[in-house]
This record gives sequence, C-alpha cells and structure tokens, in this order.
Amino acid sequence: MRIPCPNCGERGLEEFSYRGDATVTRPTSIEPSSESAWLDYVYLRDNPYGPHWEFWHHISGCRAWFRLKRDTVTHKVLAVALAAGVDGEDHRS
Amino acid sequence: MKHSALQIFRQAWSSHRKWPRTWSSPEPKPAYDVVIVGGGGHGLATAFYLASEHGIRNVAVLEKGWIGGGNTGRNTTIVRSNYLLDGNEPFYEWSLKLWEGLEQSLNYNVMMSQRGVINLFHSDSQRDGFIRRGNAMLMHGADAKLMDRDELEKVLPYLDFDNARFPVLGGLCQPRGGTARHDAVAWGFARAADQLGVDIIQNCEVTGMRIKDGAIEGLDTTRGFIGAGKVGLAVAGNSSRLASMAGLRLPIESHVLQAFVSESIKPLVDTVVTFGAGHFYVSQSDKGGLVFGGDLDGYNSYAQRGNLPTAEHIMESGMAMMPCLGRVRVVRHWGGVMDMTMDGSPIIGLTPVTGLYLNGGWCYGGFKATPGSGWVFAYTLARGEPHQLNAAYRLDRFSTGRIIDEKGMGPQPNLH
Repeated sequence: MRIPCPNCGERGLEEFSYRGDATVTRPTSIEPSSESAWLDYVYLRDNPYGPHWEFWHHISGCRAWFRLKRDTVTHKVLAVALAAGVDGEDHRS
Repeated sequence: MKHSALQIFRQAWSSHRKWPRTWSSPEPKPAYDVVIVGGGGHGLATAFYLASEHGIRNVAVLEKGWIGGGNTGRNTTIVRSNYLLDGNEPFYEWSLKLWEGLEQSLNYNVMMSQRGVINLFHSDSQRDGFIRRGNAMLMHGADAKLMDRDELEKVLPYLDFDNARFPVLGGLCQPRGGTARHDAVAWGFARAADQLGVDIIQNCEVTGMRIKDGAIEGLDTTRGFIGAGKVGLAVAGNSSRLASMAGLRLPIESHVLQAFVSESIKPLVDTVVTFGAGHFYVSQSDKGGLVFGGDLDGYNSYAQRGNLPTAEHIMESGMAMMPCLGRVRVVRHWGGVMDMTMDGSPIIGLTPVTGLYLNGGWCYGGFKATPGSGWVFAYTLARGEPHQLNAAYRLDRFSTGRIIDEKGMGPQPNLH
C-alpha cells in the first residue's frame, strides 16, 4: 500500500502513522447531557466495508496531518485532503 | 459413528473408503429456535453447547463460505489463559479447562498439545509486571511459573540472551498452555453438533435482518428467508457489517493481522515463545513449519492480506529474539480480519434488539477462547442473560465506563 501525501506525493506506508476514522466529531460540550455524543466520538465507529475517511500523519516526512478516503477492501485511495480546516479549525496553529 | 481405535482397525479392511461424512449438509428449514450466524469455531461451539448443555436442538449454523474458512483457519493455533484482569482471567481459564477435556467431549482429535507458553521479559519493570500477572493467574486457579535465565537456557538455548538492547532476563510460563489443530476444532465441533441434530448450512450468506417492534424475526439469506426465535452473531472480523443490518454501530474497527509459516525443519521449538521487546511469537507445527506472527498492520482493513512493512518488522523481531531464524525460509503468509474493540476485550451478550445476541470483538485472541466462548454464548442464548463468566463482556460497558483494557492502551483499536 502506498499513501499519497498531499505535500510529498506517493510514499511508502512505513513513513506514516494512522489515527483512524476521520468522520467522528469531538463534542464541544462537557455537560452531562452530551454523554451519548461523547460515546459516539470515543467508542462507536461505522467501520465500513469499502470507502473509509481516515486520518494519517506523515510522521517520517513533512509531518502533515491529512484525511484519506481509502477502500478498506481493495486499499485503493479515492481522495486526499489536508486535515487543516476540518470542523473550521486549523489544526496546524 | 463413534471414533475409536477399533473403528480405525475396522475401516482399514475397506482401505478407509467407507468412513461416513463427518457432518451432513441439510437444506435450511423455514424457521429455527436459534440461528447462529457464522460457521467458525465460535459459532459451531455455540451450537454444540446449545444442543448438549441446554437441550436446544432446533438450531442452524449459517456460514457464507465453508466452515472454519475464516479466522478459525487463519490463526496461529495458540491456546492459553495468561490474563491479568478480573473480567478476563476466569473466562479464559474456563475455556482452557474445556480445551483440556475437549477431545473426549467431542470424540474428535483436535491435537491439543499442552507444550507451554513462555512470555519473555527483558527489564526489571517488565519482570515485575509479569510476576503480577502470574500471581493474578494463580489466584484465579490457573497455572503460572516464573522462569529465570538459567532455566530458560535449558529449554530455549537458541535465544539471543545477551542481546545488547533487550537481554533476556527470564520469562513467565504457563505450562498448561499450548497449541491445538485449528481446522480440527471446527470439524470436531461441527461433527458433534451435527450428531445432536444441529443443521450446518454452508454457502448461505446473510443479506438482511427482519426486525419488527424491536425484536428479531429472522434473516434474509442467499438461500431464502429463515425465521428465528433468537439469532446469535459469531462473525468476528465482520461484526460491524452484520450489526449494521440491525441498525447498530459497534465499538469495533476491523484490522488485518498477518501470520507466517516457514519451511519444515527438524524439531526446534517445542513450546510457544513470545518476545517481550518487539511483538513476535513462534511455535512449531507438527509438520515442522515454524508458525509465527506479530503486530497488526494498524489501519482499518477487510482485506485478508497485509503489507510488507509489518512483515519486515516481524522478521526483524524474530531475528532479534532467535538469530538462528535467519537461515529459515518463509513459505506462506496470509492475513486475517480482526474485530478490534475499543478496549481490546471481546463482546459477548445482549444487544438493544430483542432476540439478537452478539459474540464478537475477539481482537486477535479468539482461537484460545473457542470452547469457552461457545459455552457462555450458548448459556446467554438459552437463558436470555449472560453467565457470570461473560457478564463483564457486555456491549454496554463502553457507555457505563466498565471497560476491560488489559494493556491500558485506551480507545485505540490498533494498539491493543
């Protein structure tokens, strides 16, 4: 499996580390009423058989975080985008 | 027909051509009291114990391919009960006790070999952790033995004891641990369940679930609708896919784990050894091949194959532990799809859908649990409530905070 970094292009898998599902959203509230939203964020996953949006970190390269849409059955890469700006937040700052 | 030495002698007269089929292949009935989805070791064991322990014989096991063709046929056959936590150790110890009598209860040779499992340690703190785990095992009635370097040098002379970075200081041994023949486990449970009246239906894939007023009514399959009073899922690797048919999201990610077999060599490893510094473990099969593996690849995957960086890492770990491996050639390697849960422990119990029960989340420890898992899942299906041994494995433990995180890794499925 080769991973296309948005900055560096296609590189070997061993240069990257994996952070998992990129579709879950961290709740902004810490009120008890947001318990089920936290359960969703921390524990529950769609775990799709097929296309999956996931976070990768080019840890041994440019150190950028990015989102990758990859097929979990064929490992085919379908889309890639820098993670910065997800949820309106710039994760680089 | 009961297997016995006399039977082997008798069948020899007809050149072993008249052995009956090990299990029958019936057409599915319109409905069953209990339908088990997944004809691997766990599903077949569940059916066997439903019939033998609880007298529930109107049972079908649905398998999309052939029985034992999933992770039951793709694991590295290790059997052990060396766990630390209260939620885990009694369950795995009960499973090991069932293994010890399994061949008699199934009347089938599963080639159970209690050759011992040795976990090596390489630092003082690791030794302390292993002593603590060994004591927990002893307190739960399992066996554990701390071995120092002198003892290890006698049984594992080929280890790199003076490795500059990770010297071998000793190991925690569970003498009753060992290996069993994985295919024979599926076949043995299938044969025994079949003889008790369970229908084993292969090439029958579940395509949907019919749920009415929050209760399961039956399953749509590639061989038509099959009604069910209760449905038990035993499809580890694909639990999320099946659960999604019932509208459930699980605390599970599917990951790929690789395993390797070398060419056959003369007897070298007469136990199971795990490297405490990297992630590497090895045993030797009866055919002579070294069977070994290591860590997950680390990314979500339903592909039953891995990637080379992990293979390379496993080979490096093997070389660090046993430098003599360098001259051995690998002949086969493959991957299996693991249900990795958020706390690294399995889920066996009820779901929010009435009549739908889940047995999954086995991470990469499912094989050793096969009889125990079937035993407690059968109990749970028959009684509608978990047994004391699987009470901690409930699905709702993630919302109540009662997680069972043996390694203390937190909700990172690829780190367990």
